[in-house]
Amino acid sequence: MNQVLSQGGQNQAGGMKELISFRIGAQEFCVDIMAIREIRGWTAATALPQSPSFVKGVINLRGAVLPIVDLASRLGFESTEASDRNVIIVAQIGEQVVGLLVDAVSDILTVTDDVIQPTPDVASETAKSFIRGLIAMDGRMISLIGLDRVLPDMELEAA
Amino acid sequence: MDPLAAIRETFFQECEEQLAELESGLLAMESGDQDPETLNAVFRAVHSIKGGAGAFQLEALIRFAHVFETAMDEMRSGRLAATDPVLKTMLRAADVLADLVRKAHGGDDTEHPLAAGLAEELKALSGAAGADDEGGEEDWGDFEFQPMAVAMDGAPEAEGPAGFVVSFKPRADLYAKANEAALLLRELTRLGPAEVELDAHDVPPLADLDPEAAYLSWRVTMTGETDEASIREVFEFVDGDCELDVSPLGGVQSDAEGAADAGFDLSALLAQAQADAPPPIAVAPDEPMPELTPEPAPAPVSAPVVALNPTPAPAAPIAANETPAEAQAAGGPRKTEAGAGATIRVDLDRVDRLIDLVGELVINQAVLAQRVMEAGLARASAVAMGLDELEQLTREIQDSVMAIRAQPVKSVFQRMPRLVREVGAMVGKPVRLVTEGEGTEVDKTVIERLADPLTHMIRNAIDHGLESPEKRAAAGKPAEGVVKLAAFHRSGRIVIEVSDDGGGINRERVKGIAIEKGLISAEAQLSDEEIDNLIFMPGFSTAAEVSDISGRGVGMDVVRRSIQALGGRITITSRPGKGSTFTMSLPLTLAVLDGMVVSAHGQTLVAPITAIVETLQPKAEDVHSLGGHARVIAIRGGFVPLIDVGMALGYRRDPLEATQGVALLIEGEGGSRAALLVDAIQGQRQVVIKSLEANYRQVPGVAAATILGDGRVALILDIDTIVTVSRGDMRKAS
Repeated sequence: MNQVLSQGGQNQAGGMKELISFRIGAQEFCVDIMAIREIRGWTAATALPQSPSFVKGVINLRGAVLPIVDLASRLGFESTEASDRNVIIVAQIGEQVVGLLVDAVSDILTVTDDVIQPTPDVASETAKSFIRGLIAMDGRMISLIGLDRVLPDMELEAA
Repeated sequence: MDPLAAIRETFFQECEEQLAELESGLLAMESGDQDPETLNAVFRAVHSIKGGAGAFQLEALIRFAHVFETAMDEMRSGRLAATDPVLKTMLRAADVLADLVRKAHGGDDTEHPLAAGLAEELKALSGAAGADDEGGEEDWGDFEFQPMAVAMDGAPEAEGPAGFVVSFKPRADLYAKANEAALLLRELTRLGPAEVELDAHDVPPLADLDPEAAYLSWRVTMTGETDEASIREVFEFVDGDCELDVSPLGGVQSDAEGAADAGFDLSALLAQAQADAPPPIAVAPDEPMPELTPEPAPAPVSAPVVALNPTPAPAAPIAANETPAEAQAAGGPRKTEAGAGATIRVDLDRVDRLIDLVGELVINQAVLAQRVMEAGLARASAVAMGLDELEQLTREIQDSVMAIRAQPVKSVFQRMPRLVREVGAMVGKPVRLVTEGEGTEVDKTVIERLADPLTHMIRNAIDHGLESPEKRAAAGKPAEGVVKLAAFHRSGRIVIEVSDDGGGINRERVKGIAIEKGLISAEAQLSDEEIDNLIFMPGFSTAAEVSDISGRGVGMDVVRRSIQALGGRITITSRPGKGSTFTMSLPLTLAVLDGMVVSAHGQTLVAPITAIVETLQPKAEDVHSLGGHARVIAIRGGFVPLIDVGMALGYRRDPLEATQGVALLIEGEGGSRAALLVDAIQGQRQVVIKSLEANYRQVPGVAAATILGDGRVALILDIDTIVTVSRGDMRKAS
C-alpha cells in the first residue's frame, strides 16, 4: 500500500479517508487528500529537454520549480492539450512536490477503507502500477491512484 | 537529538572555534606578537577544550590538552620564552590537539600516534618533566600514560613557591558585568592566609570621578599552601576584565611587607568594600578617604604606600605605564569578545529558507513590475513609483540576506598553515605562509568548496613551485620559501591568489611534456601565457617523478574544473626565477548568477556569463558542414564546433540556419572551445538559481533553473554537458 495513504489513514479516526476526485477525459480518479497541497489553474510550462513525454515541463510555484506531470499521458491515455480549463493538483510525493495536470477536480469524498475494492486483475501494467483500488459511488467508478510512482525517477527505482 | 548529544555537539563546535583561535594566536606570536592578551587567548583556548573534554570524559584529549596547557602556562608566567622553536612545537601540538578533537568528535577517543612524542616535547619545554619523570619515558612509547599524569600532578607543587603575590586591578567591565571585587578577594582568602592591600592612588579628585569607572586595585599576599592554578581559578570568570598578575612570593616580598605595614586600614576598607557595592562608587565618597578633595595633590591614601615601600618608585611608574598599555592592548581582544557575544548560532536550514523566500520575493517583485508595465500604467504613476521603491527595498533585503551566508575566507585559510608545515616538512623545504585578506567575505558554499582546490594549489606551490633550499641559495634567495595566499574583492567577485617566490614555470619543460604527451603538436607556436596555461590541460603533470605530495594523478585540470564548477575562472602568471601566481576569480554567491538570456526554438534559456568568451553573428562563408548535422565555424583562422542549442536540448529536429541565429563562443572544461548557436540574445541579467533536483531530477544539459520577470521558469544551460553530449552525437552521426 502506498505510503501517502497509510499516513493519511493515521490522521483520520475509524478508518475514514478523505479523497479528492478529479476527471481525466470521461474517467474519474481520486487521490488521498492528505497528499494534496493545493489546486491551481494551468499556466504554461517550460519544456524540459530529455524528459519523458508525460512530463509537461516545469512551472513557477511561488518561487519553487514545480514539474508538471500530465496524468492522462502517465496513465496511458492520450496526452492532454493543456488549456486554461485544465487544473493542476499540487501534490506532495515523499520529499518532492509535483503538479498533476488533470481535466477538472470534481469532489471531495469521505469513504471508509472497506468501500475501496481491490483492483481486478487486468492485463494493463499501467493500471497495476498506479491504481490502488476502485470505489463504486452513485453508479460511477472512481479509481484510487497511488502517487508514489508518478515521477519518472521513482519508476526507475522500482524497476 | 537528546540534550546531552546536543551539548556535546555544541562542545565540538566550540572546540573548532577554540582551535582556530589557538592556531591564529600561535601564528601571531610566531610573527612577533608580544601582546599578553594573545597568549592569554591561546591559553584559554586549550584550557576550555580541556575543560569541555573533562565533562565528556574524553581521556586522550584531556591528557594531551593538560600537558599542552601546562607548557603554555609556563609561557604565560614568563618562565618559558616564546622563542621560535618553542612556538613551532606548540603549533605542531595544536595540530595534534585538533586531530584529537576531531577523532573524539567521531567517537574515537584513542591516542594519536604523534601525541606521545609531542607531549614529551611539551613536557621538556615546560620543564615539568624533570628527573623524576625519566622512568616514564619508555612507557610513553607504549601508550602508557600513567606516569605522565603523576608527573603533571607533582609538577606545580614541586616548583610551587611558598606563597604568591596577587595583584588584581579590575576594569570597569568587571563591575559592568555585575562581578564584585570584594567577593573575589574573599574567595581568595579562603585559599589560605592572605593579606589584602588596597591601592587607591588612582582614585581621582571627586570632581573628576567617573562613577562607572574602576580606580581601585588590590595586592594580595598569599602565604598559605596553595598553587597558582587555584589562585587563577578564583579569577576565571573575570578573565579579561581585570589585570591580574600572580607571581611567586620572592623578590617582591619586601614590597608586599612594606605595603602591609603601610598603616593603611586595609581590613576596614575591605570590610567597607564588601559591605557597599560597587566599591568604586560606594567607597570613594566615604570616610576612609577624606582626601578625595578637588586638589589633585597626591592623596594621602597612596602617600604612605609610596613613602613606606622600600622600592616604591620603580614599582609605581611601571604599574602606571603598564596600565594604559595593557588597557590598549586589551582593547582589541575585548572588542572581538564583545563581537563574539553579539553573534548567534542559527541552523543553516533556516538561513537557506530565508534566502529562498527572499529569492521568491525578488522574482515576485519582477513579475509585478512587468505586469504593471503591461497594464500600461505611466512610469510616473503612484503605482509605478511605489514599485520602484519596492524594488530598491527588495534588493537591499536580498543583499542583507546574502550577507548572512557570507563568511570570511578565514575559515578555509586557517587550515592552510598546517598544510604548509606538513608539506614543507615532507619535501624538506622550509616554507613560510603569508596570508592576506582573511576577512574577505564570500558565500559559505563557495568557501566549503574552495578548500580542496586551495589545498591542491598550495601543495603544488610548495612541491613544484618552490626550489630546493640549495637551488634557492644558489639563486641568492633566502632559504625559506614564501607561499602567499591572498583574497580580495574585485568587481563583484572574490579573487583569491596563491603565489610562490619559486623558480616560476619552466616553459621549455612544460612545452616538452605537452608535446611528449600529445597535448599539442611539436610545431605549435605558443605564447608564454599559452604555455603556462598548458598545465591546466587534463593529463598534464610536470613532476618528473610522481611524488606523494601533489602527483596523485590529479592535476591542475581538476583544480580548474572545480573552480569552473563554482562559476569561477583560474589563470596563471609566471615569471622565471621570481615565482608563479595562480589567480582565481569566483562569484560571491552560488544563489545568483550572471547570465545571458537567450532564446532557442521559442524557449528562453540562460547561459552563464562566465563561460562566454564572445558573441558573434555567424556569416554563411564561415560555417562549414562536416556531414550530418555536424558543423564548424571559422573564428580567427581556427575552427570550433558549432552546436545548435535547440537541437542539443531536443527542442527541434532540424538545425537552425546559422546566419539566422547568434553564436556564443564559449570556453568549456579543459579550455576547449565551442560555439553555441541560439536564435537570439535577449539580454544580460542576474538570475536567482533554483534547483531542478529538489522536485524533479537532474536533466542532462541543464545546470539549474531560474524564474524570469514574466514569472516563467527558464533553464540555465550546463554548457560543459551540452558540448560533451553534442560531441558524442557528432561521433554517432559521422
